[in-house]
Amino acid sequence: MAASSYTSDEMMTIAAARLIRNGNSCFVGIGLPSAAANLARLTHAPDAVLIYESGTIGTKPNVLPLSIGDSELAETADAVVSLVEIFSYWLMGGRINLGFLGAAQIDRFGNLNSTVIGPYGKPKTRLPGAGGAPAIAASCGEVLVTLRHNPRAFVSKLDFVTTMGHGDGGDSREKLRFPGKGPTAVISDLGILTPNPRTKELILTSVHAGVTVEQAAAATGWPLKIASEVQTTPPPSEKELAVLRDLQERTARAHAGQA
Amino acid sequence: MASILSLKEAVAEFVHDGDTVALEGFTHLIPFAAGHEIIRQKRRNLTLIRLTPDLIYDQMIGMGCASKMIFSWGGNPGVGSIHRFRDAVENEWPCPLEIEEHEHAGMAAAFSAGASNLPFGILRGYAGTELAEHTRVKFIDCPFTGERLAALPALRPDVAIIHAQKADRKGNVWLWGVLGVQKEAVLAAKRAIVTVEEIVDELDAPMNSVILPHWVLTAVCEAPGGAFPSYALGYYPRDNAFYKQWDAISKDRATFLAWMERHVLGTRDVAGFRRSLEEV
Repeated sequence: MAASSYTSDEMMTIAAARLIRNGNSCFVGIGLPSAAANLARLTHAPDAVLIYESGTIGTKPNVLPLSIGDSELAETADAVVSLVEIFSYWLMGGRINLGFLGAAQIDRFGNLNSTVIGPYGKPKTRLPGAGGAPAIAASCGEVLVTLRHNPRAFVSKLDFVTTMGHGDGGDSREKLRFPGKGPTAVISDLGILTPNPRTKELILTSVHAGVTVEQAAAATGWPLKIASEVQTTPPPSEKELAVLRDLQERTARAHAGQA
Repeated sequence: MASILSLKEAVAEFVHDGDTVALEGFTHLIPFAAGHEIIRQKRRNLTLIRLTPDLIYDQMIGMGCASKMIFSWGGNPGVGSIHRFRDAVENEWPCPLEIEEHEHAGMAAAFSAGASNLPFGILRGYAGTELAEHTRVKFIDCPFTGERLAALPALRPDVAIIHAQKADRKGNVWLWGVLGVQKEAVLAAKRAIVTVEEIVDELDAPMNSVILPHWVLTAVCEAPGGAFPSYALGYYPRDNAFYKQWDAISKDRATFLAWMERHVLGTRDVAGFRRSLEEV
């Protein structure tokens, strides 16, 4: 049964969670990706293996972590390994099916910026930087990206290329011998974009229930290509929404006090 | 051979103006107490290295200890920006801060090379990004397969500083949980200072535990609570509420300076720092 009332952020998180398959090994970034990955684990993908870059493998947190290395992640993990090991043997070693990233900006080829807004030498806004994202995007089997849809985030030219998605499109990744397929879906609060198999340009393939194609196009900073048949993302089910809200309430309680 | 010293003595003797210093910790076991002591002793012109500079580097930068930072992700995890770092980069306050930034995998490879006494670390990385134009990285061809790989110069800090759970009276150190690159940083550095939750007679660590033998360390200092507000697994949890509060404390220069004056410069050690926070 579909839920009657939900926010666009909840729709985005739930749409992203649905793309995680049971049994996937999933390298998870903090924030929205972490909420979506844990929602998937608590609903349709109980055997998804969640891996955070702090070296926690197969972690099953009861509340969402605030930081990428919260004790909750270590204490509920199958294994805790060092940072050198997680990036070398596990990520570069090709053991991870799916990477899950956020960013401040994305372009039409799924390249990501999390470094600066404005010029690098004199930034208007200094953002945290690359972290594990470039390696995750290069080496995971495929990558999901989630971020809110507006023209400041979906831009025609990134202020800085922190993480390569599909480069200039086409065979950019093959030329650099990247082992992974790169971004296979971008999930926003308005819809889902997937790359054209040949050009790798992102195409609007689904809008969330209640969102129009025109709204998604207007929120995109480049002339957005639209699939010939745009799907409608099914709205959240009562169960998906209940599990997500329960998880977020538990998390808010835990982070308000001394965790 | 490690000396068991007070933290004050260890910083006075082994951390010098102009040093390259890595206070490592990946969200867990972050050496806050050591960072505070460096601020109290007014070290200047430091090059700070860390994959994930968060609150303690924000405090050291805001108090004018650093002239350069080498890092791969600078933020308050799950909360947002570190404002003193941003103010230094965007407005050169309180002094200009040169930056050399990387990706995590690159920093990990560079520390690993440093610990191995190799000149550089290699990885698949940096390709296709603009990072390569702004940082110290070169690309080399694999002599066996021809694959193009990124090469990072080894990180060899003058001093590595980490926090751990336990040491014995000889100065052998045992740490567990999320480990980051602490072991690599210690073994890559010329000098290493470790603060610990407690010094015990016997470690009684299981086989294959992460032990740093006393003879690779310079100083071991007892500093219970020394990772607060980050956490020490088995001792105390991460104070997530404090990480959220830091956003407001650090946004404004005057509020930041008043907070540092009262809670860090106005106290002598971890116990005093913790007491001053309870009085708020």
